[in-house]
Amino acid sequence: MHVTRDFSHYVRAAGEGVQHIDLAVEGVHCAGCMAKIERGLSAIPDVTLARVNLTDRRVALEWKAGTLDPSRFIDRLEELGYKAYPFETESAEEAEVAESRFLLRCLGVAAFATMNVMMLSIPVWSGNVSDMLPEQRDFFHWLSALIALPAAAYAGQPFFRSAWRALSNKTTNMDVPISIGVCLALGMSVVETIHHAEHAYFDAAIMLLTFLLVGRFLDQNMRRRTRAVAGNLAALKAETAAKFVGPDEISQVPVAAIHPGDIVLLRPGERCAVDGTVIEGRSEIDQSLITGETLYVTAEQGTPVYAGSMNVSGTLRVRVSAASEATLLAEITRLLDNALQARSRYMRLADRASRLYAPVVHATALITILGWVIAGASWHDAIVVGVAVLIITCPCALGLAIPTVQTVASGAMFKSGVLLNSGDAIERLAEADHVIFDKTGTLTLPDLEVMNAADIPADIFDLAGRLALSSHHPVAAAVAQAAGAKSPIVGAVEEAGQGVRATVDGAEIRLGRLSFCGAEALVTDVTCLDPEASIVAFSKGGERFILSVRQGLRPDAQAVIAALKARNIGIEILSGDREPAVKAAAHALAIPEWRAGVTPADKIARIEELKRRGVKVLMVGDGMNDAPSLAAAHVSMSPISAAHLSQATADLVFLGRPLAPVVAAIDSARKALHLMRQNLWLAIGYNVLAGPVAISGVVTPLIAAAAMSGSSILVMLNSLRARSASREIV
Amino acid sequence: MEILVILVPLALALGGAGLVAFLWSLRSGQYDDLDGAAWRAIADDEPPQEAPAKR
Repeated sequence: MHVTRDFSHYVRAAGEGVQHIDLAVEGVHCAGCMAKIERGLSAIPDVTLARVNLTDRRVALEWKAGTLDPSRFIDRLEELGYKAYPFETESAEEAEVAESRFLLRCLGVAAFATMNVMMLSIPVWSGNVSDMLPEQRDFFHWLSALIALPAAAYAGQPFFRSAWRALSNKTTNMDVPISIGVCLALGMSVVETIHHAEHAYFDAAIMLLTFLLVGRFLDQNMRRRTRAVAGNLAALKAETAAKFVGPDEISQVPVAAIHPGDIVLLRPGERCAVDGTVIEGRSEIDQSLITGETLYVTAEQGTPVYAGSMNVSGTLRVRVSAASEATLLAEITRLLDNALQARSRYMRLADRASRLYAPVVHATALITILGWVIAGASWHDAIVVGVAVLIITCPCALGLAIPTVQTVASGAMFKSGVLLNSGDAIERLAEADHVIFDKTGTLTLPDLEVMNAADIPADIFDLAGRLALSSHHPVAAAVAQAAGAKSPIVGAVEEAGQGVRATVDGAEIRLGRLSFCGAEALVTDVTCLDPEASIVAFSKGGERFILSVRQGLRPDAQAVIAALKARNIGIEILSGDREPAVKAAAHALAIPEWRAGVTPADKIARIEELKRRGVKVLMVGDGMNDAPSLAAAHVSMSPISAAHLSQATADLVFLGRPLAPVVAAIDSARKALHLMRQNLWLAIGYNVLAGPVAISGVVTPLIAAAAMSGSSILVMLNSLRARSASREIV
Repeated sequence: MEILVILVPLALALGGAGLVAFLWSLRSGQYDDLDGAAWRAIADDEPPQEAPAKR
């Protein structure tokens, strides 16, 4: 059968006679990788552009149209030691990128205006205490207005728009006091300039915008980066399928290019990427990702298969009923929607702070104006003082308090192997006091391990590993990996559903079913001990051995559970798997609370029950059956190996084999929340100090500028402390 | 104080030039990969493809 790979879905035209493709690349993390990849790819003739983006871990490639096949680049990268996958930008990510650029442009304009207005303000400040002529002062004020007004109109857009949106929905947010403050400050300054007054606040207004845009940009940049990583994850999962393009011809195409009605081939060891029905073939399939059940299910003609199931033994032809990521059981989707709606009701710390803050500030300004009028001041002077109160209490430091900590903390989490899917996850994670673990793929590793490797002579195990290389069966792959086998045995023959055999040094060797190797007699204690394990046998001449293969616990699972207990966090296991398997895992990890055979709806019911008791649940799970409960929990985490849907639903995703990132993330989040609160108190403390000064009417533009930048810098420096998260977990 | 007539426009023009340069660099994608750009600065140049024979 002839197999081709077809990536034309991802190729797009880029100008005259040039084609463009974006690839997501695994394992690029230094300048060396960057240079190696760019040189390696540029060396291919007709390639006009090969540029690595180290931030997003992507490569952009352009070549003369029609001369090259994109799969050649992927092969070339494979030779260089990098796994690459074609990549399609999601519209959500594009929107984030555009927003990020817009904010940066606003920041540039605001920063330019701030510098130039400051250059004009400092002579005025020093001139006011020396010998500046009123005409010169007016001239400088008018110049400031000329710069500040258009700059504020442009750079203030993000705030004005958001404030308007909030007001037209009859709510309020942080941007409402900001917009009012900036507009009043600018308007009053123009009026004051017309009346040849001594003070104008152009500098304060535009500086306020600059600082706030820094916070806004940091926040947006974190979101953009998370989107980019999430997009790469989707691409690296390489959701492709072998589609029949002729009676005997197969093309490996991305899932996006498969439509209902197509027929795909599912080979042993492959994960199904579509929903469909088996039309030909017989095999066992592993549906643990969908149901949590680790026992294999027999698939034959007419059996429905769902995206995410792994084909274990035979080859299947599947007619597609639904393709791409929309391939889910209706119930799971419905549960998920409900759960997600519930979560969007969570109010972020920043919004809670601003809801308290805005009325207090506006009331203070109003009382100040009335107070001064009652005390006998003119309306003009009273309003000037009132506006000064608004400017000085404008939530500049408050606007930076949370995004700066979020940015620094997400960087620290990234280093310990945790990616954030949503910005407010840090706040919610910090509050979690109960962890629910799924078992399969979360507490255990998703891939199989040989449990009794130590009991088998090393040379025999090596031989078994080399023989295993000739089989596609997942259990054989696990044996091969455990033995570190590299060179397959020449002339090995696979007998479907039985095993592999070969002849080495005159002796026949076999690996496979017990009956295939004549090793039934050996099965005694190993199987009784471990209900989850798959048993395979290996025979060499007259010698026989059995290998017990199963999903092992994550290497540091015990230490992590102990660390969580030490932090006074409740732990339980909710698994869809059979009772003996769950019991064994719970026993090994000393977790007293566990339930087996739980359906997705049961999991949600349990989470709701805990919620009613006021417990904040962290759900850690990977299967598709976990997706609704991930969404229902207060905060959720998934390993990188999780099903696509779970990963999209989880707030945080952790990388690698150890479970330690779970504890590291909780620690970082708690520290970050502590710092966010501290920052908010710093900002409020500043207002408590500066407010009375403003109310008393002695604030000059110089004092406003100094106080504003001082508090902002203080808050930013404090945020940097989130970087030093401790690496110790116990 | 007539010097202001020259100095003020000069200062504004310089600032404006900076702003234009920033917007240009933004548009040409120079902020898309900050990590990569940091490393590119210290990367070795590519060896010349075909060294022309001198002498």
